Amino acid sequence: MMQDQKKKVLGIALIGVALAVLPFVIGMGFGNAWIRMLDFALLYIMLALGLNIVVGFAGLLDLGYIAFYAVGAYIYALLASPHFGLHWPLWAILPVGALIAGIFGVLLGTPTLKLRGDYLAIVTLGFGEIIRIFLNNLNAPVNITNGPKGIAGIDPLAKNIEIFGYPLHSLYLIYYLFVALALLIVFVTMRLENSRLGRAWVAIREDEIAAKACGINTRNVKLLAFAMGASFGGVAGGLFAGFQQFVSPESFGLFESIMVLCMVVLGGMGNIPGVILGAVVLTVLPELFRQWAGPMQMAVFGQTYIDPESMRLLLFGIALILVMRFRPMGLLPSSRRKAEFEHAEEGAQA
Amino acid sequence: METFVQQLINGLTLGSIYALVALGYTMVYGILGLINFAHGEVVMIGALVALAVYKALAATLLPPLLILLIGLAVAAAVCMALGWAIERIAYRPLRNAPRLAPLITAIGVSIVLQQFAMLFWGRSYHSVPALLPDTSYDVLGARISAVQIVIMLAAAASMAALIILVQRSKLGRAMRATAEKPEVAALMGVDANRIVALTFIVGSALAALAGVLVSANYGIAHYQMGFLLGLKAFTAAVLGGIGNIGGAVLGGVLLGIIEAMGAGYIGDLTGGVLGSHYQDIFSFMVLITVLVFRPSGLMGEKVSERA
Repeated sequence: MMQDQKKKVLGIALIGVALAVLPFVIGMGFGNAWIRMLDFALLYIMLALGLNIVVGFAGLLDLGYIAFYAVGAYIYALLASPHFGLHWPLWAILPVGALIAGIFGVLLGTPTLKLRGDYLAIVTLGFGEIIRIFLNNLNAPVNITNGPKGIAGIDPLAKNIEIFGYPLHSLYLIYYLFVALALLIVFVTMRLENSRLGRAWVAIREDEIAAKACGINTRNVKLLAFAMGASFGGVAGGLFAGFQQFVSPESFGLFESIMVLCMVVLGGMGNIPGVILGAVVLTVLPELFRQWAGPMQMAVFGQTYIDPESMRLLLFGIALILVMRFRPMGLLPSSRRKAEFEHAEEGAQA
Repeated sequence: METFVQQLINGLTLGSIYALVALGYTMVYGILGLINFAHGEVVMIGALVALAVYKALAATLLPPLLILLIGLAVAAAVCMALGWAIERIAYRPLRNAPRLAPLITAIGVSIVLQQFAMLFWGRSYHSVPALLPDTSYDVLGARISAVQIVIMLAAAASMAALIILVQRSKLGRAMRATAEKPEVAALMGVDANRIVALTFIVGSALAALAGVLVSANYGIAHYQMGFLLGLKAFTAAVLGGIGNIGGAVLGGVLLGIIEAMGAGYIGDLTGGVLGSHYQDIFSFMVLITVLVFRPSGLMGEKVSERA
């Protein structure tokens, strides 16, 4: 017992040290572009963990999840940019963003309570599109979102600083901010998973009627799933806006929703380490493809036949097909899903 | 009045195309319970293949109508093969996998097809030659073009053929049986794999037709044209009640009319506050409202809850 405890503490300490030095190792080895990507991976981890609550825990297929990210991003953009002349501090905006995104989550959840499966999927998809179209067009009659041009000049999350005369790029500070918030979200979702509420979500996922019969208030529990998933998305969105210092409706299309869903499913739905892995793999892999696709063709054929950008998407599509083909339950499935899957396999063979 | 009739005609044209694509979604869904996200890309491939045939035959002195038919035939053949291959590679191995796994492979297939099309045909918009006579007729003060008439007739004819196929033929009976309960259908001697493959092939042929018609309607083809069209058609299928063939037709036509009417009237209705760029919101709003009151679509059967 003591041994286990000690091992656990040691493990956490090791992960902590690794996370702390990671940006320096990557920054030395590959340059700032890769730290930027690391920051993006952390953003996607937060997003994917939020969606995981809705899709992975509660089993509600949401194809418009990016809408909440958009809401968070625009809240940040409106409250901290010259657009309205407001410059709120980060720590004041994030809770507001989370709250408003959560309200949007309930707004989406309420009319869809009765819907199941794919009907829910298409309504959430429509909801995401509605939000995007409004962002695109709310520049008239009153200019709120600045339309397709987007909002620029957003206050940055951090500035370049000097520590003991040693210059530190803002990307490092942003990295630590993102790591801290991502760890907070990981912690919250881990606690949720084993809570009364988390078990209620799983019960609804497995069988809604049985869950109801067991005394679970399915309406409230489902709405809570939407609201919590949405508020995580809202936080990630706010960070995204401050990180990019620019938002436009283009960043919040259906393809982004699908990307986040792919992270959740590919990594292993409902399993927190799996979802994190999925987010990291799907952020890093396409970037690697993009960087290598050009030079590799040069080396092999002496000229570039296929444009690296489309090569990236092509390989990405093929990777999605292959991973699902050989690991249909995801890269790191939760033990419960794995057991279910093996059970189903046996059933099919019998 | 003229606006109304004109928008009704435009809506019916658009709606018949949506209906054709929606049929592909709904047939696959009815049998496998799977959203075939790659279906929109099959439409796109159909349009671009047909365009390639038009271009290849442009120098010959064949009559335009014949060129159109040859283009359609080649596109249909390519799309049928494609539909079969997609099912074989991306869906069949995952028949017993968790429900969301085939959704992800569908997205993968969709990305791959789009990128292949881009490598083949480039990023630019291609203009599609007008192969149908450029005449139009007056109907109650509105204009209806020959292209629009052909689109509606072709869509109506192929839908009628499909309904006869499903309701009257032996293959159709096997399809319905497999959709109802695959295990029992298998016991009755139905080869489920063959039926599923044939469903994909039939759906893809309709998609090729839709691709040819939609590119004739707008005069443009592009490697990304399938995405939004597929999305709308899927919306139409759900609106009508997914898995239901009549529902897909109804949903498609309704969605087309709603969109056209929305585009035509939304400015007047809201006193100019909302412009026609809100037309997509219009159709999604209608969809959400319908689903709130009829959770399984307009013609969908009430899904019995699991015992």
